[in-house]
Amino acid sequence: MTQRLGIVTEASLERGAEVRLDSPISVEDMVVGRYVTIAGQKRRFFGMITDVSLGVTDQRLTITPPDTTDPFIREVLTGTSTFGTIHVTPMLTISGDAESILEGPQPVKTIPGHFSAVNLASEEDIESVFGKEDSQRFHIGNPLDMETKLCLNLEEFVKRSNGIFGKSGTGKTFLTRILLIGMLQKSQAVNLIFDMHNEYGWEGSSEDSRRKVKGLKQWGQSKVAIFTLDKENSARRKVPTDFTVQIGYDEITPEDIAVLRSTLNLTDLAVEAAYQLSRRFGKGWLRETLALGEGDTPREDIDEILREANIHESSFQSLKRGLGIIRRLGFVVPQTPEDAVKNILNQLERGTSVVMEFGRYREIAAYLLVANMLSRRIYARYQQKSEEARANNTALPQPLVITIEEAHKFLGPEAAGKTIFGTIAREMRKYNVSLLVIDQRPSSIDEEVMSQMGTKITCLLDNEKDIDSVLAGVSGKNELKAVLARLAPKQQALIFGHAVPMPVAFQPVEYNERYYASLGSGNAPRKEQAEKDIEELWE
Amino acid sequence: MRTGDIYAIVYNATTSSLEPGRKPLARGKDEATEEDVYKSSPQLTKLLRSEFEAVAVGCREGESLRYYLPAQPARIHAFVYLCQPDEVKEFGQSFGFLDILANASLPIPTEELIAAALRQMSRAQDNPQAFLVAAGKELAALLSNQYDRLKTILGRLS
Repeated sequence: MTQRLGIVTEASLERGAEVRLDSPISVEDMVVGRYVTIAGQKRRFFGMITDVSLGVTDQRLTITPPDTTDPFIREVLTGTSTFGTIHVTPMLTISGDAESILEGPQPVKTIPGHFSAVNLASEEDIESVFGKEDSQRFHIGNPLDMETKLCLNLEEFVKRSNGIFGKSGTGKTFLTRILLIGMLQKSQAVNLIFDMHNEYGWEGSSEDSRRKVKGLKQWGQSKVAIFTLDKENSARRKVPTDFTVQIGYDEITPEDIAVLRSTLNLTDLAVEAAYQLSRRFGKGWLRETLALGEGDTPREDIDEILREANIHESSFQSLKRGLGIIRRLGFVVPQTPEDAVKNILNQLERGTSVVMEFGRYREIAAYLLVANMLSRRIYARYQQKSEEARANNTALPQPLVITIEEAHKFLGPEAAGKTIFGTIAREMRKYNVSLLVIDQRPSSIDEEVMSQMGTKITCLLDNEKDIDSVLAGVSGKNELKAVLARLAPKQQALIFGHAVPMPVAFQPVEYNERYYASLGSGNAPRKEQAEKDIEELWE
Repeated sequence: MRTGDIYAIVYNATTSSLEPGRKPLARGKDEATEEDVYKSSPQLTKLLRSEFEAVAVGCREGESLRYYLPAQPARIHAFVYLCQPDEVKEFGQSFGFLDILANASLPIPTEELIAAALRQMSRAQDNPQAFLVAAGKELAALLSNQYDRLKTILGRLS
């Protein structure tokens, strides 16, 4: 039994419960964010302290305060005439009615009665809310100031698109790495990660200590394949790659160019020109267009083509300049020996997650082009497979989670309609494909996309617009805003949405040797050690 | 004090002449001590009478103590005893009597009476300080909107 804190004296579903503290409880021990349980007559409520205040029974006490130098008077008045109150926001009912026993914690629909006793939540209570580590739940961290494990139901998590937000340097990458490892370990989903900064596949460096942290491949050998766009760069970093991705001219469509419109600084007419040229030249449009005006095509012929396609000379030049940038990317080649998409799909179908490293191609144009192009074709394949599976009543393809960074470039209000990611985010899990979006400017992401995200995890944000956009539509927004603004600048995050029963501020697990040992890869030596220990006991 | 099953707290005491209206004369002008006054005028012990008044605060019903007024008043000629420390200690286990005292209309200030009674009772307790704190908290609840009275009593307890 945990310590009793006080009793409920006032409550409303909208504003929460007012709790008068018992006299031995010091108001200074009550910390905002602590979890408490309220024992109602029929059910128990689980809530969080959201405010702490002081009260007096008689206003005259505040006007002529008693002689507080006398310890006797101070002791008598504390908790009687002067008392502490806490404001508790009930979030869940954890036991009592049949529904919550069968289906776990339920959102609150009522309030506890007068004088219901309020206790600090025990470890078991918190565990019953956030779950134990099991085959589906993955330990991602601990609620702030608490030893209890916060476990995320990854099976639920991957069913919808999710977002990880936070200012630069607040630990988004670490959080993402933990989640990806969790997904590899505990969920049926396969991952496709567009790793712009080469952080996830193989070793990355931690920001503070410059020590190396292991990547996905290092602990999930057989379940992870690293694809690279830049073989030399990967080789230099001693990353064992499985495949070098090259993109042929034929594979780039005018849609891909449309996505890059603002990045390549193209005019609308130039994008239109790309469509016109593709209509005229067919699949080889990019090669043909690049060849136009180079070599020995007579000027008249070019003019003729442009006139026929109804393209203005300046639009054509703008397009050519843009295409020139694409051509200069080392991985774009006239002919590819192997089809990258087919290769990725093969891996994914085998249940192997794919990390796509970009090597030295860190410009946003390369990232947008590759991520969008590959995802579109993979998504199309998934769509086709899902539809076939539904028609034939066979198993749906394994869920796929696509991780993208700098997401606002894909999902901005202007781009969301054009990129495949906008479609995936909106259509959600219909075809078993969802997104894991990583971004530092959530306010630049299209509202509609944001509203479709299942679970959001956010590290510290301090831009008002970003905070508003992340918290849009969440109940208790103002209280969460206060929590979000008080997060430490590093390694603290707030999670809310579909996969957790209630919003929680938490500290992600430390990503170090101990962590590796606790993961599946450490099981064998641990078992051996345990057996050794048992033997020693009998000696 | 106790009479029969009734417990009461003394709130007033007087010594006066047996004859109503007759005031005792000042004596002992040439005596060295107060005892000498009575030695030289032995009739005084017969002519003066001491009375005290007490407010009933509880009673005993079988084994248990009740902190409310008894069903019957004290009988005439019933003997009155001073409560022994263990009785006082037992009576002080609960503070139900404070309510009666606080609301009694007596010719003396009840704050003084409450404070004096608690001080006296605390002496019979194992932990006088804890007893006074507990009593103080009870009073704080009782007099929650009479801060001035509370302050007066607490000032006389510390």
